[in-house]
Amino acid sequence: MSDIATTVFVRPKLLQPLPPPDRLRKRWHIMGNWKDFLLTVLSLYLIWILVWPAFKFLFIDAVWTGSSRSDCLAETVGLPVGACWPFITAKFSQFVYGFYPESERWRADLTFVLGAVLLLPLLIPRAPYKITNAVLFFGVFPVVGYFLLVGGAFGLPYVETRSWGGLLVTLVVAVTGIAASLPLGILLALARRSELPVLRIGAVIFIEFWRGVPLVAVLFFATFILPLFLPPAWEIDGMLRVLVGVSVFAAAYMAEVIRGGLQAVPRAQYEGAMALGLGYWRSTGLVVLPQALRVSIPGIVNIFIGLFKDTTLVLTVAIFDLLGQLRAAFADPNWSSPSTLFTGFAFAGAIYFLFCFGMSRYSLFLEQRLRQDRDR
Amino acid sequence: MTAIEDDRAARPPRIALHRNPRVRSVFLQALFVLLLFWFAWELVANARSNLATKGVISGFGFLDHSAGFDVSQALIPYSPTDSYRRLYLVGLLNTLLVAGLGIILATVLGFVIGIARLSGNWLVARMAGAYVELIRNLPLLFQLLFWYLAVLGTLPATRESISVFGAIFVNNRGVVLPRPILGDGANSVGLALLIALFAVWALWRWARRRQMVTGKNLKIFWPGLLLMGLPLVALAATGFPIGFELPELRGFNFVGGWRVIPEFAALLIGLVVYTAAFIAETVRGGILAVSRSQSDAAYALGMTRRRTLRLIVIPQALRVIIPPLASHYLNLTKNSSLAVGIGYPDLFAVFAGTALNQTGAQAIEIIAITMATYLALSLVTSALMNFYNARLRLVER
Repeated sequence: MSDIATTVFVRPKLLQPLPPPDRLRKRWHIMGNWKDFLLTVLSLYLIWILVWPAFKFLFIDAVWTGSSRSDCLAETVGLPVGACWPFITAKFSQFVYGFYPESERWRADLTFVLGAVLLLPLLIPRAPYKITNAVLFFGVFPVVGYFLLVGGAFGLPYVETRSWGGLLVTLVVAVTGIAASLPLGILLALARRSELPVLRIGAVIFIEFWRGVPLVAVLFFATFILPLFLPPAWEIDGMLRVLVGVSVFAAAYMAEVIRGGLQAVPRAQYEGAMALGLGYWRSTGLVVLPQALRVSIPGIVNIFIGLFKDTTLVLTVAIFDLLGQLRAAFADPNWSSPSTLFTGFAFAGAIYFLFCFGMSRYSLFLEQRLRQDRDR
Repeated sequence: MTAIEDDRAARPPRIALHRNPRVRSVFLQALFVLLLFWFAWELVANARSNLATKGVISGFGFLDHSAGFDVSQALIPYSPTDSYRRLYLVGLLNTLLVAGLGIILATVLGFVIGIARLSGNWLVARMAGAYVELIRNLPLLFQLLFWYLAVLGTLPATRESISVFGAIFVNNRGVVLPRPILGDGANSVGLALLIALFAVWALWRWARRRQMVTGKNLKIFWPGLLLMGLPLVALAATGFPIGFELPELRGFNFVGGWRVIPEFAALLIGLVVYTAAFIAETVRGGILAVSRSQSDAAYALGMTRRRTLRLIVIPQALRVIIPPLASHYLNLTKNSSLAVGIGYPDLFAVFAGTALNQTGAQAIEIIAITMATYLALSLVTSALMNFYNARLRLVER
């Protein structure tokens, strides 16, 4: 007995039962004891020095109208100056379209609308005709979008990709990346799980190689090396090079997500398909892949979020997406004022945040739905 | 009648050659290899003819040529007349520096925020949550540019530097820190520190093993602290050989001290802040993955909150946390290549950036070296992490 009593983990005396929890009152633990109190005070201090000045800068002290930098200078206004919103108004079209010719901007708008109209029902789980919709978005939309944006056919004047920019480039790179990497990723994932060793090893090397190098290196590779390996007659344009690089890079990550989905399909499903006399392609296409893809959708959305954020890297190979246009706008002497930098970052940050946060919430929602389906 | 049927059943079924699985598999793989070779052959042939028309001489000979440009931060002596080989080393060391420091700091910050997100204090948990959501949903390059242009770029000029206790100076050209100066006998202090650390580690292991055998928990905190006094004794015995050189403003610039370039500061802050948000989520997930009944059982056994955390929750949470942690470390290392966006001279920026522009013709070699380096870094990190992971699992079972 005494031996037990000296052992560290055993309490010799019985504890008094605690009072039952008060379930009606929500406990916030803000002031309970000195530790909570200290933490609360510290948090309030952090809010005071970070959040309040930001709010004051963005709204209270902000300049809302004006036409040049002088409207945003403290000397002209006579007050401390916060965000310089006229800067955003003046540069808005540059942030969205880059230097896409003004008369042709309706084409970019039409592409945006078309994409949104096709994407929205795809995202709503209850909307019907999912397969047709997916084929339209991943197969038909890129082709239509290409002819709309590039032109040079159907009576549309040609717009060179060098004049593209802003959010247009961000979206084009992200959507093309995801649309191209999906089929490529499926093939790679199937190859990685194939029974043919040569295919399997090939897929492993391909996937691990691209996952092991940073995207900047992939972009440099695509921009500077890729043209050297192609016949000189194929002069591929800078944007296309970047798209190839991004797609290959994304495909490697996509393959891993889809492989996870494939692993989640029970073996009995393969065996059942085989017992029905379906060959490899039909059992994969009709039985295994639909289930695997369903499970991988949240992962695919996460890849899309990553890709959307990673599109900013095209800046390093002189393609000016939203962030690139922002940087270019900072260099404009007409608008250089002390608050321009923070205003620009706040605006672009809000756009990136809205897109990414929305998508990540959507992916969470899908995960929850999948879990519900599985538990049922 | 039956005899004929039996005879038919005994014969192996006849299968057309193109339906035989083994033949098909060999044929398909051979076809795949052939296609791959043809593809590679075409690429190499194209590259050859393209390079020939440009008059490029391929090869790694350029590595011995003089680089001809300076680098704003070098951990080893470097001058513009040094070779590309040297330049590569300078860049690699800069990458390792920012990645190593970044990994340590991001782990600390990530754990703090991850635990804060689970705090019972409503306000603390909410603030940690807001941090994670905000940081994770903004592109890293955006954040780096924000730190570099908007935060560090708008700091006061050199002459109006912000001074921290008169020892550290912060301005728009970087941060100036005091520099330690090692005198005679500094080596023995370092040696004493190493010995003390080793002794504490040995003591800890011994106490642990004893606890495993006898169940007795030894308090090793005070003896351990005593052992850590050893380097202090050595410091006193050698007459305090470690001093600091304080930076001093002379004219328009600081003399003495260590100058941390703003690009480094921006990259480090950006990488740490960004990666910490991901690590925080991993830590939170890991702690939540430990089932509640584990800590309930520990409390029922009379363990204190701290001991429950240390002996029951954390060891089990670590098993869940470490594999994704390894991939966050890898991502941080790969993301350090975004230095090219703000001009910190890391491997990518000096080698694939400036050196590529300078040599022009050697693009294939330079990109190949750079990619191979990152690939090697990735493989080494993941191998180390797998090793650690395997050890942790063995200890558990």
